[in-house]
Amino acid sequence: MTNSSSVAPEIQFANLEQQGDTAQLGIWVFLVNETIFFGALIFTYFVYRISYPQEFAAAAKDAVLWCGSVNLAILLTSSLTMVLAINAGAQGRRQEMVTLLIVTAALGCAFLLIKGYEYYLDFQDHVVPVVDFATKPGEGSAGELFWIFYWVATGLHAIHLMIGIALVLYMLLWRIRRGEIGSAYYAPLEVVGIYWSFVDVVWLFLYPCIYLVGRS
Amino acid sequence: MSVTTVERAASVEPPARSQPSYLTSGNTIASWLLTRDHKRIALLFLASITFYFFIGGIAATLMRLNLATPQGLLQPAVYNRMFTMHGIIMVWFFLIPSIPTTFGNFFVPLMIGARDLAFPRVNLASWYVFNLSGLVVLYALIMGGADTGWTFYTPLSTVYANGYVFAAAMAVFINGFSSIMTSLNFIVTIHRMRAPGMTWMRLPLFVWAIYAVSIVMLTATPVLAMDTFLLAVERFIGVGLFDPNHGGDPLLWQHMFWFYSHPAVYIMILPAMGVVSELIPCFARRPIFGYSGMTIALMSLAILSFFVWAHHMFVAGISIYAGIVFSLMTFFVAVPSAIKVFNWTVSLHKGSIVFDAPMLYALGFVLLFTVGGVTGLMLATLAVDVDLHGTYFVIAHFHYIMVGATVSAFFGALHYWWPKITGRLYPEMWARFAAILTYVGFNLTFFPQFILGYLGMARRSYTYPAVWQSWNLLSSAGASILAVAYVLPLLYLGWSLFRGLKATANPWGATGLEWTISSPPPKHNFERTPVVVTEPYCYDPERHTFVTQEGVLHDE
Ligand SMILES: [Cu+2]
Repeated sequence: MTNSSSVAPEIQFANLEQQGDTAQLGIWVFLVNETIFFGALIFTYFVYRISYPQEFAAAAKDAVLWCGSVNLAILLTSSLTMVLAINAGAQGRRQEMVTLLIVTAALGCAFLLIKGYEYYLDFQDHVVPVVDFATKPGEGSAGELFWIFYWVATGLHAIHLMIGIALVLYMLLWRIRRGEIGSAYYAPLEVVGIYWSFVDVVWLFLYPCIYLVGRS
Repeated sequence: MSVTTVERAASVEPPARSQPSYLTSGNTIASWLLTRDHKRIALLFLASITFYFFIGGIAATLMRLNLATPQGLLQPAVYNRMFTMHGIIMVWFFLIPSIPTTFGNFFVPLMIGARDLAFPRVNLASWYVFNLSGLVVLYALIMGGADTGWTFYTPLSTVYANGYVFAAAMAVFINGFSSIMTSLNFIVTIHRMRAPGMTWMRLPLFVWAIYAVSIVMLTATPVLAMDTFLLAVERFIGVGLFDPNHGGDPLLWQHMFWFYSHPAVYIMILPAMGVVSELIPCFARRPIFGYSGMTIALMSLAILSFFVWAHHMFVAGISIYAGIVFSLMTFFVAVPSAIKVFNWTVSLHKGSIVFDAPMLYALGFVLLFTVGGVTGLMLATLAVDVDLHGTYFVIAHFHYIMVGATVSAFFGALHYWWPKITGRLYPEMWARFAAILTYVGFNLTFFPQFILGYLGMARRSYTYPAVWQSWNLLSSAGASILAVAYVLPLLYLGWSLFRGLKATANPWGATGLEWTISSPPPKHNFERTPVVVTEPYCYDPERHTFVTQEGVLHDE
């Protein structure tokens, strides 16, 4: 099997190098947009957290700390395996790249499973606004704002992670299988890796906002 | 003229055509709907936004019809839905995509000497997402529309309004992704795909304007996306982050909304400024005055636009100190705006001016933009705003910018580039007539609204005291003239598609790279990558010559 590439640059590019370079700039520009998207959400969180510090601390006590923490470790590890996969691909070690990508996708799925289990615990704890919400002592009516933020933020993050897993699978099942990723050209994999790390970093910001408030 | 490699061209004609034009290569429906050619995607966008322009226009017609009499012809509830849908459709489905997705899409690659945008598939996806959001807004409209105003102020939009607010908000949310994809494509393309020799300070000002607007789109739209997403969640489940019953702050909605929607005004006006910066040197036959000043003004407008949003909220309950800061910042915005107006004006000096239709539109732009800008400063003054806020003065002010200026520039661009896009010349006399009619009709429609606003007529009201009827009648009459002026180009441009004279490669004698290839352009734009040797706008009004950016000297 040929390691790399029957790949020709697309019509608008002079060569593969320009194409790869452009793809990388594209994902960074896209992440500027994504950063501001999540930034706006975290901004609203801080507006309310500053307005209602006690209520938010009381409400956040019900967040399942161990789920969030294990998930943080899982995602950080997955970013490591992702980077190692890109490295392996860049140096033409195809089998290693494939294995590492499978591990990355599996870690992403593990995150979602734990997240799902956490949602189940949340239901039992009556912290689902509208559907089943019981106001706990000390959190007042503003406690519900915390939980709306929790569901919106973790939900949006989970959607981003699912897209990330889909992209990794697309790399594995399509691009790599067709021999389009190799030491000569691996920009698509790099783009996916940058996106993956971004999703990881979002969790790095959400984690303290959700799980560490008022636990001192 | 600082041209190093000047050679005299024997003929203005391009070399014999060796590949078919982008219009004739592939005639199936699929070859259009699945195209990755930026030129075809630009035409797809042109068709879509023209459709929404007329939908929004019908809503405006009904509004002006209603206001022809003091007691109103429509049901008050219907009137509320009309102005809401007029605002939503015109802002997000015409003005914001108008120039970037059509002329930007078509001409940015041509002007920088590229064979396509960086991400052609993203470009096509942008059109599909745009149409998806369009279907959602049409659904909202057909089911009965929303009645919150285009600003969706909470808690009116989340609790009290009865219409299809959820659908309308989702339409705006989805529409944002189209903006984001398009702007991302432009930023990357302008950074990475410029032809050899096309340095930043040799870029045509239209490209600079598209670059500036893309940055604003990319950084402002996600805030609106999050804002409308939270609104939709709140509307859908009944509790949300803006809900005062749970300690939520309705003003937070307004802050986030205007954090996008003030820059949105610059999303509408910056590309228009870029167009006019192309038209004025070409039809005054002299270089633009203060090229580098123009680029700095564009970029500082893009940046300053993010620090003035709360001038929409002076009477909403923000602190007086915040008000003072935002008022001051708004005055700062006037500086780069004025620099641009001065530079356009000076660019006419000692030119040899041709009053063709694009130039008439460009001059109309400068005049209307100036009126809109100066009245904007009046509104930015704290004490004056307390009096004028929520009146027709505000309506007149922003229509001078968004309709007077932007739509004029849109039509100017349409006429200027029509020969390049279609390969046909339009009938000049009809076009001049339409340009003048636009100017007259526009002023007749909106100048009376300044007076009405000054007298105290509130916006969004379906009825008014009978003493104001003459001004309102004048405005409605002007609107009918304006409607004719907007429909007219549809007719004669349509006619020219079949009967117009064949256009040469460079009918205006312009200097940009887009004029060095045949009209209409070949599928992949350039047979060989052009090499740029000079700055744009090398026109010489005295010797009646010009030098293209490839350094070729032409007689007029
Ligand atoms: Cu504003």
